[in-house]
This record gives sequence, structure tokens and C-alpha cells, in this order.
Amino acid sequence: MKEQMIPNAAGRRVPTIINGQPHPPFQGIGKYRPSGRKAAPPIASCADYPPDGNKVVTDLKTALQKCGLKDGMTISTHHHFRDGDLVANALFDACAELGVKNLRWFPSAAFPCHAPLIKYLDNGVIHHIEGSMNGPLGDYCSAGKMKGVAILRSHGGRYQAIQDGEVHLDIAVIAAPTADAFGNATGDRGPSACGLLGFALADSQYADKVIIVTDNLIPFPCLPWQIHGNYVDYVVVMDKIGEPAKIVSGTTQITKSPDRLLIAEYAARFVAEAGIMQEGFSFQAGAGGTALSFSIFLAEMMREKHIKARFVRGGSNSYLVKMLEEGLTNYILDGQTFDLEGVRSMRENRGHINTSPFTSYNYHGKGNFASLVDVVVLGATEVDVNFNANVVTHSDGRLLHGIGGWQNCLFSKCTILPVPSFRDRIPVIVDNVTTLCGPGELIDVVVTERGIAINPRRTDLRAKLKDSSLPIVDIRDLKSEVESICGKPEPPHTAEKIVAAIKWVDGTVMDVVKAVMS
Amino acid sequence: MTSIGMAGNCGKDDRSDCLVTIELTRKGGLQIDLHSKVKALYGATILQDCRQALQFFGIEHARVQIEDNGALPFVLTARLEAALRQIADIQQEYLPPLLNVNATPTEADRRRRSRLYLPGNTPKLMLNAGLHQPDGVILDLEDSVAPAKKAEARILVRNALRAINFYGAERMVRINQLPQGLTDLDYVVPQRVNLILIPKCESGSQVEQVAAKIKTILFKNNLAYPIWLMPIIESAQGVLKALEIASAAPEVVALTIGLEDYTADIGAPRTAEGRETFFARQMVLNAARAAGLQAIDSVFSDVADTEGLQRVVAESKALGFDGMGCIHPRQIKIIHAGYAPSTTEIARACKIVIAFETAQAQGKGVVALGNKMIDAPVVKRALKTIQQAEQTGLLQPNWRENTI
Repeated sequence: MKEQMIPNAAGRRVPTIINGQPHPPFQGIGKYRPSGRKAAPPIASCADYPPDGNKVVTDLKTALQKCGLKDGMTISTHHHFRDGDLVANALFDACAELGVKNLRWFPSAAFPCHAPLIKYLDNGVIHHIEGSMNGPLGDYCSAGKMKGVAILRSHGGRYQAIQDGEVHLDIAVIAAPTADAFGNATGDRGPSACGLLGFALADSQYADKVIIVTDNLIPFPCLPWQIHGNYVDYVVVMDKIGEPAKIVSGTTQITKSPDRLLIAEYAARFVAEAGIMQEGFSFQAGAGGTALSFSIFLAEMMREKHIKARFVRGGSNSYLVKMLEEGLTNYILDGQTFDLEGVRSMRENRGHINTSPFTSYNYHGKGNFASLVDVVVLGATEVDVNFNANVVTHSDGRLLHGIGGWQNCLFSKCTILPVPSFRDRIPVIVDNVTTLCGPGELIDVVVTERGIAINPRRTDLRAKLKDSSLPIVDIRDLKSEVESICGKPEPPHTAEKIVAAIKWVDGTVMDVVKAVMS
Repeated sequence: MTSIGMAGNCGKDDRSDCLVTIELTRKGGLQIDLHSKVKALYGATILQDCRQALQFFGIEHARVQIEDNGALPFVLTARLEAALRQIADIQQEYLPPLLNVNATPTEADRRRRSRLYLPGNTPKLMLNAGLHQPDGVILDLEDSVAPAKKAEARILVRNALRAINFYGAERMVRINQLPQGLTDLDYVVPQRVNLILIPKCESGSQVEQVAAKIKTILFKNNLAYPIWLMPIIESAQGVLKALEIASAAPEVVALTIGLEDYTADIGAPRTAEGRETFFARQMVLNAARAAGLQAIDSVFSDVADTEGLQRVVAESKALGFDGMGCIHPRQIKIIHAGYAPSTTEIARACKIVIAFETAQAQGKGVVALGNKMIDAPVVKRALKTIQQAEQTGLLQPNWRENTI
């Protein structure tokens, strides 16, 4: 196979071969239709598993050996513990001790707490990472130090890649706050409770071997079970699998910045004035400070106008829980629990439903929930005058964030990006995004402190807001104003070396990230 | 004079700012060492701006170190100039371009419901201040600036008056207490500042000094535009001299009060009820009204307590004040809503104005509403209420059609 660079449907030049594997280029939204059947793990037999259901082995190393760990395998983990995860580091310590090399790590996301893994990237235990690249790992990758190319996928894209057989998981290691010896596991209780375990669903279903790691082993049955023990090969007990204070991390603080509050308030007023906020509507807001404040402003307006939502998709947190308990929404369809109030509500409230990338985000399914949502509010690092957006790199080209559910959420009926027009002189509204993660045709509204730009495609929204007192502006004027304040930025200084590929929700390649010259 | 000049800030939270260190050397040209979080995007521009400024001042040899946290060009050059002034005898000013919006003077009787305090040496708080739509912004050189930072703050404020778009807010500067404050005027008066706040004002002669200095500076620079004055009364002495202060110069458009310093001066703890400040507020209000000025209340310092603010604003309006200071943008909306005329007030004002207009049309000298006579000042106040209501959208311009 000869690697070549070709322009994709979004006009970005992308390679056809990545890490020795073919990857189709982006062909436009909804254009790529793969054929064939889904992947499946090997057939197992009860004859090979203990009839008493006790799958506990002494430690992670033993479990990995029993799973047949060898060079070049793909090992997956999930990120429900966020920056408080202790399992991924322990896992690769064990792999290193077993002397294996060239592993592919396939996390649903990585965090700064995973910085110790850099030594395994250096010494060849890990070949490359396919998952989010932020913090120290992002810097490492941006500097061009990783052997393979990072592949960044959305949460839905991760499920799709596993399901479609694009990524074959040899071993899945699932950290579980509570589990029984059979392997039934839940995240909604235990000392390291994190809410749900939805990101590990695909791993449990499709990996050849599945290991549950817990610090709270309870007698069978673990009820409710979020992960079926019937998928599980081994159970390992560790003293501690997560740092609770960091599991429910500080991202769920509402912002105190007056400028961000202004942006959040504009976004909420936009939703009301556009007529989206009406009885039985639905919304989703991310976990960032601005998105949280948006929810609070929106809830306030819902109370005033006596309007109830049918469901809120989240990222649950105490503010959404309050809305649920107050009756402002019938349901929370939760994809990731951000604080302990969210965890408690999930345990106690029948209206607080745990979902997964399969139900919510998988593009190669028979529909998903994300497109049913009336309005979604998301962040971005850059938005260009054609409403294309970047969520993974800085304007200087450095890897900063994972994609998360961001791409999947763009399919909502109205996508709003509330962002500052610039951050400490770094323009957010630009001519052309450094890295393309979301095509402009799916992004409807950009809300900044200096005005609200509506995508010209949305003539309906433009008409509704015609006489609004909100500051509606043309996105090109917004860009000019930002440039008059900050100055025209120089293009990023990047090398030719490709360090990461950005996948679209259907597995096609949307863009690449190149190494940054230091 | 020391050999190393240093100005600005580069702590983790000093976003949109930079720290500039300059050492003049005898040879070697301009050596600029730049550390910047925006180096990839603006490194070349920053170096160019820096060289251009140094050339303007005739500096050919210097070692310059810049620790930059996203400073905009007018901040960078302000820091550079301030650092240079510490080690070289410099008379010229290196000014950023004056934005058109900053060339417009303000009206003496414009609305002054809210005025947002902005620390004069903190660029990040200035940049977006106008977006929150206060009636005025105060670039503060006094209490919010540390004594050692006064000199660099003057230059930053000077540049900010030219380069920042405050989106229609009146551009005010609080100078330092006299006599230091008179030096501040040299920096801000030529930059078309709209209004000067005179802190801790205790006599009419202080106001006269400020007014005279402003005239001199404008004359010397061949400039002519109005600069209004708002004395701040913050002591027992000031309270007792309120009328003298209010009447001291024709440029005085409003009188305001600073209650933190005042309560300290009279030896009373400041309470939520505010009985200890009632006399002072009444004095200031009455002096302002007697001199035909706006009366502006103090600030409410608990940013988190929005209900407390609402209470204070309601009381302040009931006493007759036209506005108050704010220390956080989130207070602005509450203040504007609080000082807006109530629906009862508006309805009554509409009736009075219509009665007045009818009387005028009929050539009658006396205005009557029902069987009650309406005095001229009442009409004047009603007209002002209507104007406020129209400006804030509480009253449609075609209200006459709907008033019986």
C-alpha cells in the first residue's frame, strides 16, 4: 500500500494510509456508506469459565498474561475517572514488567494524570495512542515524538470504529467502581463512584478479552449492572482505582468571568427568542463553565415562562439534577456524570437514565439520540467565517483537547457555539480553522461577547431573530473586529510530519494535525 | 536613576498583560528577548512593535526582556514606555492610534445610572468592559493602583483612552487625590477623556484647581472639548462643604459619595441599613440638586449578593439618586433596572406631559391635571421620566396615542 495525500470533500489534504491501515477520506456529510457486517468477538464457551462464577485473579499482571498479552496488541481503557484515573498507569506498568512492546493504547480519552505513560511511549512499550490527545500527552504528540500517528475520534466515532472492525480490541480493561466476581459492574456506587460506564460498553461487547478492575468487590449479584459479567473474562481487585476528588473534576464550576456569563446569557436568550424553548423541548449543554451558565440562565427563563423540557442530554451535574428534581425536565439522558450529585441522582431517580455512545452517538446505527435534540451548546477553540470549527488544536496548531461527543452533537437541530471572540489576543473567530473538526454546514450559531452570528444557511433562524434586541452580526464583521483588536495572526509554524488524524463520525478522515516547530 | 527599568505584570492571572524589562547599553543594538504565549501567532509583530517604539524614543542600544501573556499592542507599548521612563529622560509620548469612537465628547446631562470601576493597571478588565453596557467606565488611577505602579498605570490608562472601544460608555478617569491627581491630568486630558472624578474632595478650591489645570492643558495642546467633573465626597469635611463643591465650577455635572471612606472618617461601622450614612447621602443629594447636578450614590461591594444590591438600589432611587457605582459588570443590569422609572411613575408622567402639551396648545399658562394644578418643576421631572422610559424601552415612542 502506498501512502498518498489527497484532498477530501472538505478541501483538506489527508493521507489514505495511516499507521499502515487504509482510511477513507471525508466524502461529505452522510455520503460514506460502508458495506459488510459488524465485527464480533470470538465465540466463548462456559466450559472455559469457572462454574461458580468466580473470575477473580490475583493481579492485573496475571490477568493480562491469561489474556495472552503480546507485542503489538491493542488495549483499551475508558475515561470515566477523568483526571483521577489510576488504572491506565497501573495497566501499562504491568505491561512494561511483562516486557511487551509496541502496544496500541485505545482510551476513550486521556488526561494530564496519564503523563507517566510518556516513558512507555519513549521506550516502546506503547507504540501510539488513538484517543484524545491533551495535556502533556498532547504536547508530546504535537512535538512529533510519538512513533505512530494519533487518531482522534469522537465518542460516537470510537463506538463506530470498534463496531465496524476498523479497530480490533485485543484486551479491554474496564475500571469499575463496584463489581462482583462474575464481572457484573456498575459505576454508580462504591468509593470511586463515577456514575455510568457507557464509554466502556463497546469495549465489553467487542474486545477479545475483557478485564474488570475494581476496588469494591461485592457478593454476586452487583445490581444494577451497567456492564454484563457475561462479557467479562477476569476480575482484578486493586486497593484503589481512582482519586474521587479528581473523578468529579473541577470542570463543572460555573464561570465567574463576566464576559463568559454575558456569552452564556446571550446564548440562552437566543434559544428563547428563536422559539426553541417551548413545552416539551430538549437541550444538551457541555461541561465547560460557559455551557453550565447557559443551563442556569435557560432554567431561569423556563421557570419564568412555565416551560418544561421533555429531556436534557448531558453530561449530568448538580444543576441538571436540580432541574430534574424541580420538574423542569422529565428526564436526564446521561452520557457522562460530572459530579457526585449526578451520581446520586442516577442511583435514586428513575428519570435519570444512563446512556452510551451506542444509543446517543454511533453514526453507524439505526439512528441515534443526538440528532433528536432541539438545541446543543458546545465549545470550540476556533470558528471560521464559513462556520467550520476546531475543537482539538490551539490556533498555533498544538493538540489541546479530544473531540469527545462534540462532532456527534453537531447533528442536533440547532448547534450553538458560545465562544469568546478572542482569548488573550488569540483570535477564536478566524479566516480558516487551523484544524477542521466540524463542517460549517452543521454549525448554526456562533455566540460571542461581541455579537451573535447566524449561519446564512439558517434563513429560518435569521428571520426569527430579525427584530431581536440581541446583537446579531455578520461573522465576517466579527472576524474583522477581532483582527482590528488583536492584529492579523501569522500562520502556524508546522512541520510536514503528520502527528494526528481527525476522524469524522463515519470513520472517514476529516483533517490531519502536523508537528509543531518549537 | 537606576539602570534597569521594569513595568507591567506577568503573573499567572495577569492575562492580556506583559512585563517589560529594559537595560540601556552602549553598543550591540536592540536585543529583544521575547517569551510569549502568543509567540507563534504574533512573535514577529511584537518584535516589530517593540523596535518601532524604541526607535521612536531614539534608543539604539538596549537589552529588552518581554514576558508576555497576550498583551494587545497598546498594552505592550505602554509597558515599554513606562519601563523606559524609569531609566531615561523622555518627554515624548508614544501613542497608539485614536479610535474614531473615542473622539466624541459626551453631553453634560447624559444618563449616568451606572459607572463601572476598572483598576487602572489591569488591562484584562478593561478590554471588554464596554460590552456590559454601563453608562460609564472609570479607569481608576487611585485606590485600585498600588503606589509603586502609579506611573505605569497613567501610561496604560492614557493608551486605553485612545485604543479601547468602550462601545458608547462615557470614558471617565478617577485621578489620585490632589496634588498627585493634578499630574495624572497631564496624561489623560489630551486623550479626550469625557469626565474626571475627583476623589476625597473637601473644598471648592480643589475642584477649581482641577478645572484650571484642565483648561491649561487643553489650551497648551490647542484642544477644545468639554471634560466634565464629578467630585467624590468621602469625608465629614466634604459632606459639610457639599454645596460649595457642587457649585465650584461649571464643568461639574454630578456629585457622588464614597461611603467606605466616609464611615471610616466619622468613626461608624458601615451597616446594611445605612443609618450612619443617611445624613451624608442627603447632604450630597441636596447639594447636587441645589446646584442643578446629578446625584450619584456610592458602590455596593458584595458582588455575590444580588438581592442586597436590588434593595440598596431601590432605596437609593427612593432617596432621589440618579445612579450608583459598580465594581462588577454583573451589577450593571440590576442597577439600570432599579433606577428605571416604575410603571406608576411612567403612567403619571404621561398624563402630566399630555396635560402640559394641551395647555400649551391652548395658550394657557397654567397646567392642570383633573382639578389639581401642576407646577413647572413637576412637568420638567415628568419629561425626564418619559425620556428615561423611552430610552430604556419601557415606553414606546407612540405612547401619546395610548394615553387617555
